[in-house]
Amino acid sequence: MDIQIALLLGQDGITNGAIYALLALALVLVFTVTRVIFIPQGEFVAFGALTLASIQAGRVPGTLWLLLGAGLVVAIIDLIQAVRRGTGRRIAGIIGWNILYPALVAALLSLLRPDELPQVAQVLLALAVIVPLGPMLYRLVYQPLAEASVLVLLIVSVAVHVTLVGLGLLFFGAEGSRTTPFSEARLDIGGIAVGGQTIWVVIASLALIVVLYQLFERTLYGKALRATAINRVGARLMGISTTLAGKLSFLLAAAIGAFSGILIAPITTIYYDTGFLIGLKGFVGAIIGGLASYPVAAAGAVLVGLLESFSSFHASAFKEVIVFTLIIPVLLWRSLTTRHVEEEE
Amino acid sequence: MKPGTPILDIRDLCVSYGKVEVLHQVSLTVAPGAIVTVIGPNGAGKTTLLSAIMGVLPRMRGDVSYLGHVQREIEVERMVAQGMTLVPESRALFGEMSVEDNLLLGAFMRHRLGHRDERDTMDHVFTIFPRLKERRDQMAVTLSGGERQMLAVGRALMAKPRLLLLDEPSLGLAPLIVREILRIVANLKQTGVAVLLVEQNARAALQIADYGYVLETGEVAIEGPSNQLAGDPRVIEAYLGLGGRH
Repeated sequence: MDIQIALLLGQDGITNGAIYALLALALVLVFTVTRVIFIPQGEFVAFGALTLASIQAGRVPGTLWLLLGAGLVVAIIDLIQAVRRGTGRRIAGIIGWNILYPALVAALLSLLRPDELPQVAQVLLALAVIVPLGPMLYRLVYQPLAEASVLVLLIVSVAVHVTLVGLGLLFFGAEGSRTTPFSEARLDIGGIAVGGQTIWVVIASLALIVVLYQLFERTLYGKALRATAINRVGARLMGISTTLAGKLSFLLAAAIGAFSGILIAPITTIYYDTGFLIGLKGFVGAIIGGLASYPVAAAGAVLVGLLESFSSFHASAFKEVIVFTLIIPVLLWRSLTTRHVEEEE
Repeated sequence: MKPGTPILDIRDLCVSYGKVEVLHQVSLTVAPGAIVTVIGPNGAGKTTLLSAIMGVLPRMRGDVSYLGHVQREIEVERMVAQGMTLVPESRALFGEMSVEDNLLLGAFMRHRLGHRDERDTMDHVFTIFPRLKERRDQMAVTLSGGERQMLAVGRALMAKPRLLLLDEPSLGLAPLIVREILRIVANLKQTGVAVLLVEQNARAALQIADYGYVLETGEVAIEGPSNQLAGDPRVIEAYLGLGGRH
């Protein structure tokens, strides 16, 4: 392997690693706030990419029906609860977010001829369809189980994952899709041709990480999420409800997932079930960070990306095996170095 | 709320964990601006009582009136929004966050309700606990035991509570710091905050309280104005005698 190839593989590894890092951050966020191991994270990647592909192909994305349907169910459940509890003030908000908002997105998609819109608008529309599914999913599936054990939540996550993959097949079919690159430019860095989309992926991922950092460090709601992760009881006593924190973290996770999918869709063909493997690699990164540390998780995810790209050169048949085998020494090392702390109830 | 209406009025409160009833028909009243203490041995149900009032426990029977309104459903979030704050025995601080962030989060509900006065409130809390101001950029885990309790109380005050529920604020603290914390609690009266204080340190609690309840095995055994309780032979023998001296 000469230096050229090494640089090429490195470039590939860092591009994928950046995406895994975003997903790893989302997984750490969701786990620390809600104790859910969010296996369906990868489905948001696939949904984001395929929704954008549908929009660009001039089709109505099937995920729009999911948004309309999930919104309707959430609205019905929340309305029944609001009436039972006599909290009538919330009715406008419930209808607005769960019925009017999806209807608005549907109207935009059918009236605007989205395939002729500029790419930025297409991306925003795809995010508008996918991101609200995060909090809706939390409301429907995880909120009723907020007090359940980590194991129960994990099993439920597997079920949600299988369901969403099935829906993905229904909505988008078995063929893969690619989207138009954000930029056709090719840069020549040190004799290596670097694609414009590659640079987009790395810069956008870094930008998103900076935005997330600012969110957690500077805003009250970001601090509230951190507080929930640190001390659930304390957070509840400050009036930070478990539901609010859960919905917020799922909103961020869905946004990160969909955005990641949109970033890689021009360089990788995405199928309805591609998300799972991508998410799983983010999960390996998150595990390296002990599902607790954001910087270690991000660094671990980049390591996964590099390991994947170099092993695809040396032993391409075993690349997944090598990547997922990494988890064993990591777990060994973690179990030997960290003290087990009983969760405070 | 009409003048003279108690801040908190509990009638026949029963609380169960599963099938075991741990509080039996407890009735208790906190007048506006009063300090009321609940003393009693370990396991009498004192912490359970506070948790039930705050809405941390789901299952209970009995009437709880807060600010003159019967609470149909007691939910933590709603009670916080109505100006009730609990400082739990564990303090429940956000350890890996700065003192200042801990305080800011104390005002989370007020912020959600549209108030934007958290900086002024924080200055006020800093005048009560100057030590917190010195430590404002430090992580909460690095604080000493006394400072942690100050932060827990300070964080609760950030919510500008009308009723402050304190669970064992003296627990694990040196006598000098206990005195300081209780002096600050006693001073809260001047700002119109009512306090429901649960304590094992009966002597210290009765010194600052206006009224007291003795809770034994889930029932109110004795109640009365605190000076009267402090002179009650049963209280003296069980809680203030040599064994109870701190």
